[in-house]
Amino acid sequence: MSSICFYFQVHQPYRLRHYTVFDTNSDYFDDYKNASICRKVANKCYLPANRLLLDVIKQYEGKFRISYSITGTLLEQLEHYAPEVLSTFDALAQTGCVEFLAETYYHSLSFLYSRNEFTEQIQKHSEAIKYYFGQTPKVFRNTELIYNNDLAQYIESLGLFDAIISEGADHILGYRSPNFVYKPTGCQNLKLLLKNYSLSDDIAFRFSNRDWAQWPLTADKFAHWVNNVNGNGNVVNLFMDYETFGEHQWEDTGIFNFMRHLPEEILKHPDNNFKTPSEVVQAYDAVGTIDIPHIISWADTERDLSAWLGNAMQSNAIHELYRIENSVKNTLDERLVSDWRKLQTSDHFYYMCTKYFSDGDVHKYFNPYDSPYESYINFMNVLDNMQRRYLELGNNAEKNCLEFNDPKQSPKTHKDNKIKIVETRNKKISSFQITDETVNS
Amino acid sequence: MRIFMLGWEFPPFISGGLGTACYGLTKAMDQLGMKVTFVLPKAVDSKYTTHVKLLSPGSHMSQATSYEKEELKNVKFRSLNSILQPYSTPKTYQNQIEEILRQKKILFGDSNILSNQSADSTDYSHDMYTEIHRYAAMAAELSIDEDFDIIHAHDWMTYPAGIAVAALSKKPLVIHVHSTEFDRSGEHVNQEIYDIERLGMERADKIIAVSYFTRNIIISRYGISGDKVEVVYNGVERIGNWSNLTDTGIKKEEKIVLFLGRITMQKGPEYFLLAAKKVLEVMNDVKFVMAGSGDLIHKTIEMAAQLGIGHKVLFTGFLRGDDVKKIYKMADIYVMPSVSEPFGIAPLEALDHDVPVIISKQSGVSEVLMHALKVDFWDVNEIANKIIAVLKYPPLQMTLRSHGNFEVRKLRWVDAAAKCAKIYEETLAPAGV
Repeated sequence: MSSICFYFQVHQPYRLRHYTVFDTNSDYFDDYKNASICRKVANKCYLPANRLLLDVIKQYEGKFRISYSITGTLLEQLEHYAPEVLSTFDALAQTGCVEFLAETYYHSLSFLYSRNEFTEQIQKHSEAIKYYFGQTPKVFRNTELIYNNDLAQYIESLGLFDAIISEGADHILGYRSPNFVYKPTGCQNLKLLLKNYSLSDDIAFRFSNRDWAQWPLTADKFAHWVNNVNGNGNVVNLFMDYETFGEHQWEDTGIFNFMRHLPEEILKHPDNNFKTPSEVVQAYDAVGTIDIPHIISWADTERDLSAWLGNAMQSNAIHELYRIENSVKNTLDERLVSDWRKLQTSDHFYYMCTKYFSDGDVHKYFNPYDSPYESYINFMNVLDNMQRRYLELGNNAEKNCLEFNDPKQSPKTHKDNKIKIVETRNKKISSFQITDETVNS
Repeated sequence: MRIFMLGWEFPPFISGGLGTACYGLTKAMDQLGMKVTFVLPKAVDSKYTTHVKLLSPGSHMSQATSYEKEELKNVKFRSLNSILQPYSTPKTYQNQIEEILRQKKILFGDSNILSNQSADSTDYSHDMYTEIHRYAAMAAELSIDEDFDIIHAHDWMTYPAGIAVAALSKKPLVIHVHSTEFDRSGEHVNQEIYDIERLGMERADKIIAVSYFTRNIIISRYGISGDKVEVVYNGVERIGNWSNLTDTGIKKEEKIVLFLGRITMQKGPEYFLLAAKKVLEVMNDVKFVMAGSGDLIHKTIEMAAQLGIGHKVLFTGFLRGDDVKKIYKMADIYVMPSVSEPFGIAPLEALDHDVPVIISKQSGVSEVLMHALKVDFWDVNEIANKIIAVLKYPPLQMTLRSHGNFEVRKLRWVDAAAKCAKIYEETLAPAGV
């Protein structure tokens, strides 16, 4: 038996506008650019791909099944700039053949820097998915498939998820195959799904590469490779960016036709089927334990964090960002907190990557800046302004607190008041989960 | 293959990038075993000799001196007596001539010289163009006794010489464009210089431009066909171990932002000052150092005063040798706001000295440097924004410095020389022949 498990990552960041040290207002994001990119990708990828997959799902009457992880930053932008995409995702959700996964709302690296923030973002994301698609996610994927044992254990401790997804990197698997379900070290019930990077990358990266010996890749050729897994694996996890369809691989490469015909070719073999991650978890037991003490990711050949945290600028920027977490949250200023969170999106740090920069490769394609240095300068200027903002707001907040701090109060009332402040803060922050931006529609 | 190269000054007599480039390229050619006859103008100890007599028509023209340099085995030097200097303008040339005459008057007494001069002054002419053509005649005469396969001429003053030698020898001419009249003078071009440049480009069999930036100017401003123009980037001579400069004796309390180059319209000194003014609105512990001289030096000093930042801007005059190293060692950031810079070797030297750079996008060097901050020369806001960022965020300075220093090592003169060799071969045996 071999099951195909598709999971598509769907994400766009909030790109910053050009922000110099002389700028003083708090409009950090480039609305025009974000809108136009969002609409462009919607037209080239999200809409045609959604319609295609919807057709295919209907055609195979439940036999073709897929899953998505859509970030909160994209959901918000789609709502503003391309709401028709949301309705096609909703139509997909209604088929019952599509599962939505959980991740951090802001596609952030928060797991590495703040467990509180990490948890808050997962909750916020799950609520958004529930709100838009009527599902409560049961499988978690971390930003860029960043993963280690600690993450798995922490996710299990939240008690919300059945499984977690990661990269099937060679150096952690060794002789083992990614085509089975595993259990992370230190977990009781949580299962681990690993990406079959070789077959995934055949579609995501190599599909249109004419220097590739296997070019052109056809649906029956690919199905043949999948059939080879039969007998030595249960599941083929094909995880990739959704933008593969129409954006990374243009329509004229034949990528849409490939997807249209793939189910037919796969299902020709009686032992094959399609499953969503939750169904995989239901169907197969863990065959072993995978121990990943060191952090891995799905990026570049290194499969590590160096694309986001590889140089001094990146590490400086992210430390400065999380250093101000409490100061920002203490202001209770909804807009400030939201701006701060949008800066956590991993893309901002990816833009600062100097690895391969001289060679001008894939990193460049996704980068709105001319150089990693420009991106760092821009980010730090924004952060600088943000600090100014919370200091100003902080002064006001202190004034508010003075009312509670009436010296005539007894120590007990004083303590009660303090608790009250903290409670208001927590309530207020968790009420941002669904902001007015998302509710209004 | 032997190259008849019409070049310029060698160290230590260097006033700018042209001499550095000629030296770097020739040295690399020597390493590659290419044979070069290097012809250059050399003023015969101008103060004490019979210089003026040499210039006058009717005197012996071929006063060529031949010499060799120990470290360059394959290069033969022939210097021609001429006071031509790179970066001269008709005006500076005339000042130079007058200065020489003045010196001679002091030395030999008025009467003697005056009588000579009054008769001849129109003939030997205070005019640079005549001198350029006289130089061409001398070079042509010299070339008769030389054996070579190809002619390589550097920048416009040697183009007439290149053309003359080519006509006489029937050998192909390659001209090397290190700068154009549009770079030096903006839109106020000197028509005579433009004509000489254009003639050189038209007569040349191949043109080497130091960047695509310059190649575009050659095509769009001089109407030259693109297939004739190749790009060969300059390299940088690695100083290597300069750390022996242990103590500069300077204790730094303030950050230092450096401008190093000729203070002329082309180099954009006013944009440096305008940016400085902006930086000082935000930061206080910064000094701006302008190292170099040029025809705008007085205007620039005045401008600093007018902007009210005179106390924050230091002018050092022209620096050479160890002084250059010292100033690099002090600097936190180097800024090159050139209005039009065909290449720009100085930022490479800055990176070689571990100083991060901000360079104008209107420069050739911005085509080869990735690990540099790039700005439009007129965008003083952005220049200031970037200066502040580098001074304020050590990780930025650190990353720029380490990557930049590494990147500079990849720009080698031997690669430039090898590319020239390839161009020579193609020129000598055109494809399809």
